[in-house]
Amino acid sequence: MGNKEYMIIDGIPVEINGEKNLLELIRKVGIKLPTFCYHSELSVYGACRMCMVETERGSLEAACSTPPRAGMEIKTNTERLRKYRKNILELLLANHCRDCTTCNNNGKCKLQDLAMRFNIQNVRFPNTAAEPKVDDSSPSITRDTNKCILCGDCVRMCNEIQNVGAIDFAHRGSKMTISTSFDAPIAQSPCVGCGQCAVVCPTGAIVVKDNTAEVWKALDDKNTKVTVQIAPAVRVGLGKELGLSDGENAMGKIVAALRRMGFDEIYDTSTGADLTVLEESNELLKRLEEGKQDMPLFTSCCPAWVRYCEKNYPELLPHVSTCRSPMQMFAAIIKEESKNSSRKAVHVAVMPCTAKKFEATRDEFKVNGIPNVDYVITTQELIQMIKESGIVFSELEPESIDMPFGTMTGAGVIFGVTGGVTEAVLRRIASDKSNTGLMSIAYKGVRGMEGVKETTIMYGDREVRIAIVSGLKNASDLIERIKEGEHYDFVEVMACPGGCINGGGQPFVPYEARVMRGKGLYSADKLCNIKRSEENPLMMSLYNGILKGRVHELLHVEYASKNQEG
Amino acid sequence: MNQTIDFQVVDNIIEELGCKPSAIIGILQGIQEHYRYLPKEVFPYLAKRLGISEARIYSVATFYENFSLEPKGKFVIKICDGTACHVRKSIPILEKLREELGLSENKKTTDDLGFTVETVSCLGACGLAPVLTVNDKVYPAMTVDKVSELLKNLREEM
Repeated sequence: MGNKEYMIIDGIPVEINGEKNLLELIRKVGIKLPTFCYHSELSVYGACRMCMVETERGSLEAACSTPPRAGMEIKTNTERLRKYRKNILELLLANHCRDCTTCNNNGKCKLQDLAMRFNIQNVRFPNTAAEPKVDDSSPSITRDTNKCILCGDCVRMCNEIQNVGAIDFAHRGSKMTISTSFDAPIAQSPCVGCGQCAVVCPTGAIVVKDNTAEVWKALDDKNTKVTVQIAPAVRVGLGKELGLSDGENAMGKIVAALRRMGFDEIYDTSTGADLTVLEESNELLKRLEEGKQDMPLFTSCCPAWVRYCEKNYPELLPHVSTCRSPMQMFAAIIKEESKNSSRKAVHVAVMPCTAKKFEATRDEFKVNGIPNVDYVITTQELIQMIKESGIVFSELEPESIDMPFGTMTGAGVIFGVTGGVTEAVLRRIASDKSNTGLMSIAYKGVRGMEGVKETTIMYGDREVRIAIVSGLKNASDLIERIKEGEHYDFVEVMACPGGCINGGGQPFVPYEARVMRGKGLYSADKLCNIKRSEENPLMMSLYNGILKGRVHELLHVEYASKNQEG
Repeated sequence: MNQTIDFQVVDNIIEELGCKPSAIIGILQGIQEHYRYLPKEVFPYLAKRLGISEARIYSVATFYENFSLEPKGKFVIKICDGTACHVRKSIPILEKLREELGLSENKKTTDDLGFTVETVSCLGACGLAPVLTVNDKVYPAMTVDKVSELLKNLREEM
């Protein structure tokens, strides 16, 4: 057996391979141990007690907070454990709203799921659930603290991964809640709307704001022309929920579904991303040529990052690219084009992102008081709409997007994954335009799910230092380093760990499936016959047409109203 | 509740205890000692200085019974409701105080910020039961009848 260490799980010998805790090991051998408060990327809390296991001596240990020891023998499914788990669930349900059928989280709820799994058919305690206490002040998320089971996942996500600190535990004992400071509406807190709390919330206590009703209404109105753009990350995020596999590129089917639902024109946000690549690389090149050395150019695609910067580092705003996000660039153009239509124009964006909902409401992106993007719906809401419409998604024949804005490139598609924006910009500014040159960029350390990546490229005889961060804690750590004098020329920031593929509006999936989403986007890039944004033939016609003399007006932004709530 | 905060006072407290997140409880105690409660306005300031979120400071401030987020009255009356005081009838005294001042379990401070009435679990002076304190001055062997007189004297002091 050499130096290998073993332990016994449910009678089966299992090799210990550096796992942090029993839970990881147990799950590795294919046992779905239940948890509410455990997420591998967050610190261990050990509060829900659902993952208790019985040791050989008959004592009970929480698997999430017990390291595996050689020779240890545990059982994960005994009469005693089943009884305790049922008891915990019954107690949770005793003061939890049980109107599952009308809950926004119906079918996605872990409490519902585990109650079903453990066959809870009767709760012995009277139901003391309080009336809903709903905070819908944010355009991104809706909270109902009375559906909270106090697992603290949202608190740890908001603090440890995002460094936002909008919410925390407040009060104690039976009065404990998750609260903002002084229980202020979430829109008045430091919240940036990234929606990662909603991703980890096991119940309906934090959910994505639902805008599907407005979209249905617009679709039903014959006097309204409804255009829609679909963000890159959406195509690899919804498959699993609709009968495809993790990370499968479902763009063609999404287009087919949207067309059936009644959308008049369907576009790909990757086209908007191509515009962003051109504008942002111009900005970078201008900086490099001016020899500006003091601060890097920060990307501006991610609305949660922009909001975070406004709230926490307003002094950095002059170094954030003036480029609008791909969604907003594209929306400005689509709305401009729609002016020719006799019908009322409504533009919908399907995004992996909850912060986009806030971005769409910003005054900077309104023309005569009307937002360029009328409604943002997330991937989750799109899934809901597809289900509602009765379309059998897996059987749809893929269709292609519409003209006149229906050409996009691989550079635009990879915007949906961390490092994608950087790679797209590098493709634009690299002098070596050969295929090998293209491939070599991919191996320069821009790809991968790590939260912090660094790379250096040569531009002429100048070394260009680049940092790529995802997760706002990683961003703020990097900013502190920059403030202490570390030099970068270009910094890509995505608020959600791994980039938009893991956005707050995407269905929650385990880590392995997240990696598949990234792979899905890179293979979509491979399938594109055009890889570089500047080679997109549409760009030429846009710059000579709609954008002529109006590049600044339609594609750039200066964030002025820093005190908007959201 | 828009109190003007003397941030110099807050700064002095921070300086004394150290400008670090782990000193938060002591700092809040210091501030409460000065203002008799924790003014809302100090939270953003503390968050910035100590590098922790406002929500977390609120979390600490609401966890401990000892911290108050409501301004307290000039006279803070604490009635002991420990075992010894309780059996010697501290509750009627509490009820009498609340009745005379128009207070309740949820409303602990009079609108004119004159009086705050709260209970404590034991003052450690069981031999003097039933006992209460007014701003740390001890009043032993209280009775319901003595309450009116006590309040009359305190009102004169105001």
